[in-house]
Amino acid sequence: MTYGGGVDVGSTQTKAIILSEDRKIVGRSLINTGANVSMAAERSFREAAASAGIAPESVAYVVGTGYGRYKVNFGNAQITEISCHARGANFLFPKTRTVIDMGGQDAKGIRVGEQGDVKDFVMNDKCAAGTGRFLSNAAETVGLSLDKIGPVSLEAKKAVRLSTVCAVFVESDIMSYLAEGKTVPDILGGVHSAIAARTVALVRRVGIEPEVAFTGGVSRNIGMVKALEEKLGLPVNVCDDSHFIGAIGAAIFALERALGGDASAGSGKLGQVAAPASPSAQPSASAQ
Amino acid sequence: MAQGTAKSDYQGRIHNLQKDMIGRYYSRLTAAAENKGEKAIYMLISGNPVELIEAFDMIPVYPEVNALQLAAKKQSLPLILAAEEMGYSTDNCAYVKADVGMYFAGRKTPFATIPEPDLILCNYVGCNVYLQWFEHLQEYSKAPIYNLDVPFFRTNASDPSEDDIHYVVKQLEELIEILERMSGKKLDYKKLQRIMELSGETGELWSDIKRLAQQRPTPFDAYFDSVMMMAPLYCLRGTEDGLRFFQQAYKEMKQRADNHEGPLPEEKFRVVMEGPPPWPYLRQFRDMFSRWGAVAVASTYSTVGGIWEFGFRHDPQRPLESIARHMLQWNLTNRNFIQRYRQIHDYVKDWGADALVIHSVKSCRLFSAGQGDMREYFTKQLNVPTLLIESDLEDPRYFSEAQLRNRVDAFFESLEHQRMLVNK
Repeated sequence: MTYGGGVDVGSTQTKAIILSEDRKIVGRSLINTGANVSMAAERSFREAAASAGIAPESVAYVVGTGYGRYKVNFGNAQITEISCHARGANFLFPKTRTVIDMGGQDAKGIRVGEQGDVKDFVMNDKCAAGTGRFLSNAAETVGLSLDKIGPVSLEAKKAVRLSTVCAVFVESDIMSYLAEGKTVPDILGGVHSAIAARTVALVRRVGIEPEVAFTGGVSRNIGMVKALEEKLGLPVNVCDDSHFIGAIGAAIFALERALGGDASAGSGKLGQVAAPASPSAQPSASAQ
Repeated sequence: MAQGTAKSDYQGRIHNLQKDMIGRYYSRLTAAAENKGEKAIYMLISGNPVELIEAFDMIPVYPEVNALQLAAKKQSLPLILAAEEMGYSTDNCAYVKADVGMYFAGRKTPFATIPEPDLILCNYVGCNVYLQWFEHLQEYSKAPIYNLDVPFFRTNASDPSEDDIHYVVKQLEELIEILERMSGKKLDYKKLQRIMELSGETGELWSDIKRLAQQRPTPFDAYFDSVMMMAPLYCLRGTEDGLRFFQQAYKEMKQRADNHEGPLPEEKFRVVMEGPPPWPYLRQFRDMFSRWGAVAVASTYSTVGGIWEFGFRHDPQRPLESIARHMLQWNLTNRNFIQRYRQIHDYVKDWGADALVIHSVKSCRLFSAGQGDMREYFTKQLNVPTLLIESDLEDPRYFSEAQLRNRVDAFFESLEHQRMLVNK
């Protein structure tokens, strides 16, 4: 049996997926990235292999993706998460034509071809406005955990209008609404609606065609799913694996290359995480 | 995917020639700063009328060139911070801030001591920030200022109106009177004609060099290598030295073209570049493209000081009128968006480009505004794959390498993937 591995090293979390030759997900892992990016990549990959019940060395080809992709030292190739999200979305929802991805620092829109190819993409500028970071700051301000704010936002009766989508200024905005006596659900309703509006405006630049897949860590937030659907006037596809979509796409690329006989196949470089990376070839994993 | 294409940075005779000539130019600036040299005329790059300055044996000083040199030598940030301490906003043009910071730090740079201005000649008013930049310099230095009011190219016509040309020519005549008073001598018309002739020939060679990039592979990178040729074009145009530089540059580039030598071992993607480069990180930025085998075959940035590749030449028979046309029509920044689109479109078509890359400048809202629409137009109307990325031309704080590399990598991955699907 040939296996392909995908490791998606994001700014907040690292995800790994093992695909078997028949394109079934046989192993997965999700851990916090933390400060040591190379270590997180390898640990996540080893955990995924363990969950598949196979030795890490038996994975024929590994593709690294995400901001920390160049820190997947044991990988055979690096591919951006934009290409990987398109492939991953095509795998989970074959009729996907638009991907909306919201991660810790990034929001992006990808127009996808029939074969999971990237037709066009846009990303937020160098600012965390309207990304996962915005949501976690909002959650902290109202004193709820990140996984609670989505369901609570759905209880909004009259969502407030936030004047900012700035991840820093959102706190003072929320504080003033709390001082005015607005309810937490109404405030969170406003938070979700503001981000959804900003993201949809961003993604419209590539043109939104159904079906739409919603990916990245924020796709686990039901409040954001509903808010996006409302702004788009379209259903969005999400499933339990949407958070893993970058790693899934990377694993598909890996499997194809392993089966296609890429000469660089073979994950014989495990355990070399301490090897220093050449600074010119390996950009920093923590983007501003 | 196909990353890691090795670089081969071409170093020819022109690189040494450029270093020598620009070194001599900077020595002249230092001499002027020590009151042992020529009168210093501060000017802006956009459609610069350097020919008139040379006719009076004065020396052009371009604060933009000084600012970019400071950035390339990683000297810009302390100067920018000094200007922000004075009260310049974080959103202000970083060229302005680096220059103002440098002015108050004694005008000393690693490459020259910049002279105080004898005249501040604001020859481009299309950017209101630039206008204020020169007004600030006037206030700081107390030097006289002359604002040349060059009407923006505001219609879709291919030529500026006769009224606009007349309006600029009249101002050039006023400028000549000022220069006559400053130098104490009358304009030598024959000398001006000879300078125009040298500029005309220089423009012809520069145009020929740019057209060599239509070949496959292009003999040079029309963005990253062109910038090396821009300093001689602005600082030395209209001089024998300037002409000699471009004669040598053409000879070398032609030879490379005949030998089918390109700047990279393999030319995989031909791109058109819009916008100035991030000077503090030029090498890292270039590497982001080189590793994909992507080479620029044309760039709009190399036309901010003048556009010669579509036929414009300085004319010794009509010196003032042709200088006016250069200022009005034949430089990028005085053009409206429709003309900027057309210029890029011609590059894509006639230079055989696969894609357009827009590098947007965070601290230049004026020139960057509309680049989102530009991306839409080329992607959706013309079906030209277009990448829009953003950092800054001068301020190193806006350069986020991981974010930029991510976008560049994803763009070329998608181009490569689409090529693979077509070839299947």
